[in-house]
Amino acid sequence: MNTLGRAHRFGDDINTDYIISAKAKESRVNIADMVPYLMEDIRPGFASSLSPGDVIVAGRNFGCGSSREAAPAVIKGAGVGGVLAASFARIFYRNAANVGLPLLEFDTSAIPDGATIHVDFSTGVVRDTSTGRIWQAKPLPKFMLEICHEGGLVNYLKKHGRFVL
Amino acid sequence: MIPAQTVAEKLLSRKAGTPLEAGEIAVCAVDLAVAHDGNRPQSIDILRELGGGGPWDPARVILVIDHAPTQPNLAAAAIHDGMRRFAREYGVEVLGPGEGVCHQIIPERGYASPGDLVLGTDSHTCTYGALNALGTGVGSSDLAAVFLTGTLWLKVPESIYVDLTGRFRPGVYAKDAILALASRLGADGATYAALEFHGDALAGLSVAGRMTMANMAVELGAKAGIFPCDEVLERWLAERRAAHPTAPVTPATPASAVSPDAGARYIDRLQLDLASLEPQVACPHNVDNVRPISDVVGTPIKEAVIGTCTNGRLEDLAVAAGVLAGRHIHPDVRLFVTPASRAIYLAALRAGIIEILLEAGAIINQPGCSACTGGSHVGVPSDGENVVTTANRNFKGRLGNPEANLFLASPATVAASALEGRIADCRQYMEVGASA
Repeated sequence: MNTLGRAHRFGDDINTDYIISAKAKESRVNIADMVPYLMEDIRPGFASSLSPGDVIVAGRNFGCGSSREAAPAVIKGAGVGGVLAASFARIFYRNAANVGLPLLEFDTSAIPDGATIHVDFSTGVVRDTSTGRIWQAKPLPKFMLEICHEGGLVNYLKKHGRFVL
Repeated sequence: MIPAQTVAEKLLSRKAGTPLEAGEIAVCAVDLAVAHDGNRPQSIDILRELGGGGPWDPARVILVIDHAPTQPNLAAAAIHDGMRRFAREYGVEVLGPGEGVCHQIIPERGYASPGDLVLGTDSHTCTYGALNALGTGVGSSDLAAVFLTGTLWLKVPESIYVDLTGRFRPGVYAKDAILALASRLGADGATYAALEFHGDALAGLSVAGRMTMANMAVELGAKAGIFPCDEVLERWLAERRAAHPTAPVTPATPASAVSPDAGARYIDRLQLDLASLEPQVACPHNVDNVRPISDVVGTPIKEAVIGTCTNGRLEDLAVAAGVLAGRHIHPDVRLFVTPASRAIYLAALRAGIIEILLEAGAIINQPGCSACTGGSHVGVPSDGENVVTTANRNFKGRLGNPEANLFLASPATVAASALEGRIADCRQYMEVGASA
């Protein structure tokens, strides 16, 4: 699983209300209709600034707060190729894999905002394409990577019918 | 030989049918699966996509309409309709709208017991830790997998031992204790871990207070916050079962209670002396941005909220009524009060609490999540307004307006602040010697 795109930097403790607010989510039924409201309360216009394959780069505790699966689903729906963060909140971490949004957890502080980066989520290698700088992260656990690779938990369960550890 | 286990290790070992240690991943049998109307997508729709038909055990699934009990828009109406159709088709119970918040009505009706593994599509499912159960929040796909298989893969969490000592001084409550803990650990201080509460303070800590604390375990990043099964809990459970003898999920036996082994391994040990605390307030826009009341007294407020799954229980309303009795809120303040369940609403009505609140100027909402998220469309503040609330989150925009500021506090602090139109120290409204 790879992506090539621009890095969009965020800080620490980006909660799922920031990612997609309850107000935007609960006035709608479908994820696609929520995409324009991604990060609306902290960075208005963010969704329309994205190109397919772009990457969200954040600090600690990304995805804290509510268990809403709409959060990673809306990020994915907006065309984001994956999220890199210093750490993730646990429910978001699961939900992201379950909707097929890949993640890498490592010290992201040296990735410049706006840099074009190539990310290989299977190996954990992140490369700044203009400077050539490389970061090595630990990939998702094999079992979660498999769920993510299948495109999410629905596809995984359609294939296996149950959890195979 | 099985090594000494924490509560989380022991409980998940039982559900997996094999001895587990922290860090291991296992497929666990689920006792109760809960989904609410705030989720997009809904687990029931994902189950349909999986071709699953009905859930593995309809008696172990509960759907709750609590996020939007006023049916405020077409999206909510459509979601509610889908939940009712699914419930009818597969013999699943649907509760609400108007019955209350899932984390209140499920324990209240005796559907959850010590030793249970409860999974819900709500991050505050950790509330069931007050019942010596392991409750944790999951997403819609994970819960759909539970509907399909009755199981979910889980990583066994490391545990943090929290030793609660002493007794609250008047005007200080469980909410202040968990805010103090959030201040010490930080919003990610317990990420992936289980908080295990112990200590001599528990004899004086009600189940309602424990629910307030367990409820906010996730605000510290925790997977669960678990209290022991002691006399206080057993008495509470006996009352619940007497009131609801026909709970569809068979109550567990006393033997199902889970206590840690001597020598169990903890990644951290903390002590919190309840007697040392003064009222606490979490300031905008993070739950761990906590200050003692003395630092924030006088901050002007326009809105006050008492309720939510954190602090909408009978004793919370009683404490607020104690502060508000014979007084009226400040003319510039709106005070929204939401009982966490229909049963609490009725009990508060019969005890004269609702009358006191209404006479003091409160607006009473129907039982549910109410003014906790902007999704409920209740109590949305206007630009620049400060709100003091008993909720568990003060994120920017949480109540539907990113230009407002939210402060988290106990019901007593919120009530006192509503009287003054600014954040106030509730202790000046307490009778000498009074304590809850």
